[in-house]
Amino acid sequence: MDAIVLQILNGLDKGGAYALIALGLTIIFGTLGVVNFAHGALFMLGAFCAVTVKALLSLEKVALDPTQTTAWGTPLEIRTPYVEAWFGDFGTAMLNYSVPISILIAIPVMLLIGVSMERGLIRFFYKRPHAEQILVTFGLAIVLQEIVKSLFGANPIPQPAPDAAKGMIDFGVAIGFQAGNVVYPAWRLIYFLFSVAIIGGVFAFLQFTTFGMVVRAGMADRETVGLLGIDIDRRFTIVFGMAAVVAGLAGAMYTPILSPDYHMGMDFLVLSFVVVVVGGMGSLGGAVVAGFTLGILQSFASMNEVKDILPGIDQIIIYLIAVVILLTRPRGLMGRKGVMEH
Amino acid sequence: MKDFKINRRKMLQGTALAGAGIAAPMVLTSRAFAASYTNEPKGGTVTLGFNVPQTGAYADEGADELRAYQLAVEHINGEGDGGMLNTFSSKALKGNGINGKKVVYVTGDTQTKSDAARASAKRMIEKDGAIMITGGSSSGVAIAVQGLCQDAGVIFMAGLTHSNDTTGKDKRANGFRHFFNTEMSGAALGPVLKNAFGSERVAYHLTADYTWGWSQEGSIKKYTEELGWNTSAAVRTPLGAGDFSQYITPVLNSGADVLVLNHYGRDMVNSLTQAVQFGLRDKQVNGKDFAIVVPLYSRLMAQGAGENVKGIFGSTNWHWSLQDEGSKAFVKSFGQKYGFPPSQAAHTTYCQAILYADACQRAETFRPSGVGAALEGFKFDGLGNGPTEYRAEDHQCFKDVLVVKGKENPSSKFDVLEVVEVTPRKQVEYPAELLGGELGPYNDGA
Repeated sequence: MDAIVLQILNGLDKGGAYALIALGLTIIFGTLGVVNFAHGALFMLGAFCAVTVKALLSLEKVALDPTQTTAWGTPLEIRTPYVEAWFGDFGTAMLNYSVPISILIAIPVMLLIGVSMERGLIRFFYKRPHAEQILVTFGLAIVLQEIVKSLFGANPIPQPAPDAAKGMIDFGVAIGFQAGNVVYPAWRLIYFLFSVAIIGGVFAFLQFTTFGMVVRAGMADRETVGLLGIDIDRRFTIVFGMAAVVAGLAGAMYTPILSPDYHMGMDFLVLSFVVVVVGGMGSLGGAVVAGFTLGILQSFASMNEVKDILPGIDQIIIYLIAVVILLTRPRGLMGRKGVMEH
Repeated sequence: MKDFKINRRKMLQGTALAGAGIAAPMVLTSRAFAASYTNEPKGGTVTLGFNVPQTGAYADEGADELRAYQLAVEHINGEGDGGMLNTFSSKALKGNGINGKKVVYVTGDTQTKSDAARASAKRMIEKDGAIMITGGSSSGVAIAVQGLCQDAGVIFMAGLTHSNDTTGKDKRANGFRHFFNTEMSGAALGPVLKNAFGSERVAYHLTADYTWGWSQEGSIKKYTEELGWNTSAAVRTPLGAGDFSQYITPVLNSGADVLVLNHYGRDMVNSLTQAVQFGLRDKQVNGKDFAIVVPLYSRLMAQGAGENVKGIFGSTNWHWSLQDEGSKAFVKSFGQKYGFPPSQAAHTTYCQAILYADACQRAETFRPSGVGAALEGFKFDGLGNGPTEYRAEDHQCFKDVLVVKGKENPSSKFDVLEVVEVTPRKQVEYPAELLGGELGPYNDGA
């Protein structure tokens, strides 16, 4: 039983990332009608916001020690981070909390990237066929990941969680298990709660603000909203930026779980598209439900007991479920009639 | 009876025929009239083909390989400080290229994909005239390119490839490997693990689901079970899984007290980082401290795992902190040129370039069968691994193997591993027939 609870927890934190990326994809598709294959790259760029913040905070003052030499004969470099030299313990704490700090930086940066992407490229493809949208956004994703690789290299770059969130939480005690049987990394639980908070925030924004009401109206009937004299394009630009922020935050917070590298966006992109399709194209609720559900099912499929019966099921489970859902419910779990049907 | 008259004309004709008859066997076996071989160098240069991952997940390792090749070419051509040529036991190379021809090179991008690696090797052989192909950071790629070089009739000097199969069931006459293999890793690590963790342990393997992973898992299981360890499970994980949490959580309550991560590259960084996140390094099971083992370490990859490598055992082909004269010369030469120490991938590729050049020089030819014969059974020293031999039976180098551990207090970002034992060559040697396969005949091509 404890194994099942652990796999549910695994599925929830993994599903959190899927849901956040899929949510952004669905928002963009629902509002702009654009199939954005560069969305995984936005997740990756968010992660590299965290890498950049840590790199900036780790900028070092280099002093040469002529009394010592390196193995290759040059004077030894004594390196001290500037923040530690300038701020002492506070500087050390800033380094330790670089990932949470990067969240604050990632919001304006990702918003800027999202708006620039939409204004600079995506808007020219609104009325073009989906195949062309896919080609151009996929090309953009490759360009972005190659830029990141040239700047940061190909190897994963470790981003430790703050010391306070590095430990394990005995989650099982809270739900009646013996102590020590269901322990789970604190940062992963934080990630799950963070993803729930972001999803809740996006839904609240769309549901309870005038801006959100206009966007929802635009998603339902863009033409009519335009006829009412509302500049829906300007709002949709902001929506694109918002989706980029959601993907970026998901990426930045995920860095202590998965050391970021230039390819991480592509790894998540395909799965997130499956999540969107299973949830129903254009359905925000469907993306969230499908994200968490597929995350949990993927975790269960990796259990040895399941793999003993169905070898290799862990590698195909998501696609298998997608096939089954699409055969039985062609519009996905919560898909709306008329979306992608013309 | 007809008179037999000898005149001057008949005398000359007879002498010429007799001379030709006597000289024919010698002329036909001399190099001047022998059949040529693939890309036989005709001018003043000889072209080597460096096939390394320049894009993809192992691009950083490939870049380090390329740096080492460029350094080796400089040294072979008599430029720079000479590096390990100064400490190499063979003094055949004179600093004027190979067999008097200046070395030039072309490069290819393997992308760590077998088909891409074969395509780039084929291009370098057919269009650029490469006489030898070398490099790579993956066993799948090495085996694929080795097969292509065998068919094309050029020598393949493997780069970083650790699977037994490269010089086991998939070995080829034209292929040579300096890097160690999983069998040697198991033989070196086994006794160290026993000393560190005792003989009553239960191991749980997570294994990358491809040729190298299977090979590594098999070797570590074999040697740890010989020491008395039990294997509770060996779970295959998809290559590039990213998040391994669903494979790690079953370990928590499995009763195992050792986790063996048969992963390399990104997979190793992620699975190790996540295993530490799940508290495995600090856990106690069966009254013992839980242990994590990474059988194949790479310093470049270990940097990616950051502080998570602390105290974790593994093996490696070479490490820049070694204090023998060869290693010191190489680290100095590489460090002064590039500003940081070389990786094990850089070391093995540098050695391969030097060993190939030396073999050509000693054989006085670039003909693959001649070069191969010079490499087979070649014993040498001074290249950083102590006394080494290219075994004739399988074209595998045999030398000491390093057991390393993640350093507790690194002094720099390069100083992440410490050498805990240099396992002597005789402890990691095995009979050539153990890993199967047939070298077959050399192919000189053309």
